[in-house]
Amino acid sequence: MRRNIPLHLSVNGEAAEASVAPYKTLLEVLREDLDLTGTKHGCELGECGACTVLIDGEPQLSCLVLALECEGRAVQTIEGLARGPELHPLQAAFTDFGGSQCGYCTPGVIMTAAALLERNPHPTREEIKEATAGNLCRCTGYNQIVEAIEDAAAKLRAEAK
Amino acid sequence: MKKRLDVIGKPRRRVDGRAKVTGHLRFADDLAMPRMLHAKLLRSPHPHAVIERVDVEKAKKHPGVHLVLTGRDFPVPFGIMPVSVDEFPLAPERVRYVGDPVAAVIAKDEQTAVEAIGLIEVSYRVLPPVSTPEEGLQNPEPRIHDYGEQGNIHRNQSYEFGDIDESLKKSDLVFEDLFFYEGNTHLPMEQQASLAFLDGEGKLQLSSSTQNPHYLHRQLARVLQIAESRIRVVATPNGGGFGGKCDPGGHEFVVSKAALVLGRPVKIGLTREEVFYVHRGRHPVLMKMKTGVTKDGKLTGMHLQTLLDGGGYGSHGPASTFYTGVLTPVTYHYPRFKFEACRVFTNKPACGPKRGHGTPQPRFGQEVQLDKIAGKLGIDPAELRLRNLVKKDSLTASWLRVGSIGLEECIRKVTEMSGWKARRGKLGRGRGLGLACSTYMCGAGVAIYWNKMPHSGVQILLDRSGTVIVYCGATEIGQGSDDVLAAIAAETLGVDTSVVRVVTGDTGITPVDLGSYSSRVTIMAGNAAVQAAERLRAQVAAAVSETLGTLPDRVVFAQGKVFAAEDPSRAMSFVEAVAIAEAALGTLSAVGSYSPPKPPGKYKGSGVGPSPAYSFSACVVETEVDERTGWIHVPKIWIAHDIGRALNPTLARGQVIGGVYMGLGEALMEEQSFRRLPEKLSGALVHRAPSMLDYKSLTSLDMPDVEVALIEDPDPNCPYGAKEVGQGPLLPVMPAVANAIYDAVGVRIDEIPITPDKVLRALENKDKRVGPASFPAVPYPEPTFVLPPWEEGDGKETRKNAAAAVV
Repeated sequence: MRRNIPLHLSVNGEAAEASVAPYKTLLEVLREDLDLTGTKHGCELGECGACTVLIDGEPQLSCLVLALECEGRAVQTIEGLARGPELHPLQAAFTDFGGSQCGYCTPGVIMTAAALLERNPHPTREEIKEATAGNLCRCTGYNQIVEAIEDAAAKLRAEAK
Repeated sequence: MKKRLDVIGKPRRRVDGRAKVTGHLRFADDLAMPRMLHAKLLRSPHPHAVIERVDVEKAKKHPGVHLVLTGRDFPVPFGIMPVSVDEFPLAPERVRYVGDPVAAVIAKDEQTAVEAIGLIEVSYRVLPPVSTPEEGLQNPEPRIHDYGEQGNIHRNQSYEFGDIDESLKKSDLVFEDLFFYEGNTHLPMEQQASLAFLDGEGKLQLSSSTQNPHYLHRQLARVLQIAESRIRVVATPNGGGFGGKCDPGGHEFVVSKAALVLGRPVKIGLTREEVFYVHRGRHPVLMKMKTGVTKDGKLTGMHLQTLLDGGGYGSHGPASTFYTGVLTPVTYHYPRFKFEACRVFTNKPACGPKRGHGTPQPRFGQEVQLDKIAGKLGIDPAELRLRNLVKKDSLTASWLRVGSIGLEECIRKVTEMSGWKARRGKLGRGRGLGLACSTYMCGAGVAIYWNKMPHSGVQILLDRSGTVIVYCGATEIGQGSDDVLAAIAAETLGVDTSVVRVVTGDTGITPVDLGSYSSRVTIMAGNAAVQAAERLRAQVAAAVSETLGTLPDRVVFAQGKVFAAEDPSRAMSFVEAVAIAEAALGTLSAVGSYSPPKPPGKYKGSGVGPSPAYSFSACVVETEVDERTGWIHVPKIWIAHDIGRALNPTLARGQVIGGVYMGLGEALMEEQSFRRLPEKLSGALVHRAPSMLDYKSLTSLDMPDVEVALIEDPDPNCPYGAKEVGQGPLLPVMPAVANAIYDAVGVRIDEIPITPDKVLRALENKDKRVGPASFPAVPYPEPTFVLPPWEEGDGKETRKNAAAAVV
């Protein structure tokens, strides 16, 4: 018999507890046990980047991480990015620049971009492309994603001043 | 009454934008319900086999399993096209490709369903597979299906518009070329998922990632043998469609049936591997193109032959077969045109509609051949195209009516942006520029099933809060159809999109719209929305005109205000106007609907190709080719798209760049290719790559900057003049890449994808070419002969010898 195991982690700054099957990935626990369906999946094999979340601030493919490996760690998902009712500059820029069309890859790309801007507030276009190269998008053609991240970077820098 | 546009044409955040960037939007697999069960499919490991026995006893007894379904539970077949109803949700006696679903388990969770699937025992009698169209032509037996033209030929057709042999004979030069376009797949980021349950009244509801809820609704009623009124299909926002979610899928019937049997919600989510099996993607097409031309570069006629690899089922194949021919004469004037097309069944996942549906393949050949013609005649390729453009408001030899055509301006714009005249041929060895053009329909002129009803319906409800609710069966697949509806309703009623709520893709609530395919939503749902909104506006105008001291047709609606045209100070807010109208007339609502114009062609088969309008594109690609490695780098692409009018330029530009991206992927790397397993492993024909790692697509690092020009010349048949933009801009990219590679290193790659190994091979080949060497003997039928409009034809079929008497 499979027995569930208790899991404690921080999700978007709040303590979360779940009793999870040990074979479950972080992706599955977020979506199925914690009802955080904002994180998507496109392959569940680590190929597409749609499931990217931040674990202790680092972008990770949640489909390749066992939930139990996240015991005691801090996970950030798309649901935690907005500032109350206000969109995070990345979120606003993605929709204003057309960086999101069907919207399915969007949460993963935005989380990847959030980590990039955290460690590099002044990324070049090439650095943006490199950072997001693991996030496949079939709709946009990427140009608008790069533009959105550049715009958000500028806004965040202005905020930091 | 209002001349200035306030909403349309202004870059604007799409109405569903916020939901998409916050993770709020619920895709099919994000749905969950209490007591929900999970389904999993068992799929065939053989490309072609007879199912002799399916033993499900062990699976049924597995703890946590609630139901096991097999082909026996689905006696009625389905098929998106009435002439190709050849597929079962679960194969009852024959499997036709590796991945064909055979049985299903419904269990308490996905893991249990996976375990139980492994306990089902199937005995197969393996049949020899047909792996290519050529093999299918050579081996009429065993037949993959017991219907079709003959042997393994599914569809076979021939149309001749004027005596083509005669016009080729009279031409100064005749170019004959062979081209091949490999199949590729949609690869939507969202894997298909569906959730079925019985609602409070015991009726079936299916929420599914489908582009066409209306067609799915009809097919569910057919297969499950229950009334359409007892079924509600909700199209969840699609995480990308590109044509891949147009066909009903076996999984959708399985969860629906299971929900009906068990009375519990049942969900399924396909794995990425399964999405490759479902496929319905681009047909591999072999083409032979014979084109006549005068010395001064006037086209005299084209004879086009195509051979399609259909895969294991009909899918949209009958339409796809037509589309490898019918849109070819829409960009350039061919006085005569003949096309022959043959679709052969093979034991591979069924091909179907992918962005551009059947037309990218012949467009590739046509545009590469034009480049060769230009070279031979010493005419600039852009100039050659300009000399042959179809004229505005004219008919093609095949009786398609072309209304607005902005192709000339597209070519001029794109050559100007790219510095074509100054740079082409002058960038030095290894660098080049290539040009190509294309066109696409703004919605198919005929529905998939024969009927005289509208193609799209819209209902708009106004309430005293000032909220405008738009109901339409159109499906949001990422392309922005919800935003199109909101923009049109807002513009027509003079309000901001923030007060518009759009309810779409729900057969239980919304008026029928045929679906998100053939680039039809902007034009058809848009026209229906204009009609509904204008009717509502007239109601409100009539109710408030007295208060405003003017006549109803002098009432203007703009920027949330309603006022008298002659004196804008006699004004009230939109909310006040709605309240007055509601008091006077009762609850405010209006419907609108749209049917496309009747096509001018009257011959059998003339229903495929006509459209209310056509969009046009011209594209210039720059390449850098490394002659040592064959590596192709594309630093920049310029594209001009004749869109009629951009309703929301942010989204329109996004569709153009997205189309260019997908076209460039097809040009350089995307291919749905197969290999045969060694005999000791079964000899099956399998995907070389049923995964995203092996199916190569462009990443952000590979994608060049794209410079977009939207050419706006409003089309009178389209809402606010807006033509399609979802499919057209993909189409010129592949031939433009091929032509740019020729300009860079002088080799002709007459097949797609163009990979480094092919470039190297071409550089070594004597003829500096890589491409198909021969075209098999296809038993095309006697052509349906129709005289072109300028040869005193009447759009009806005639006999060729009768035509000779006329000429």
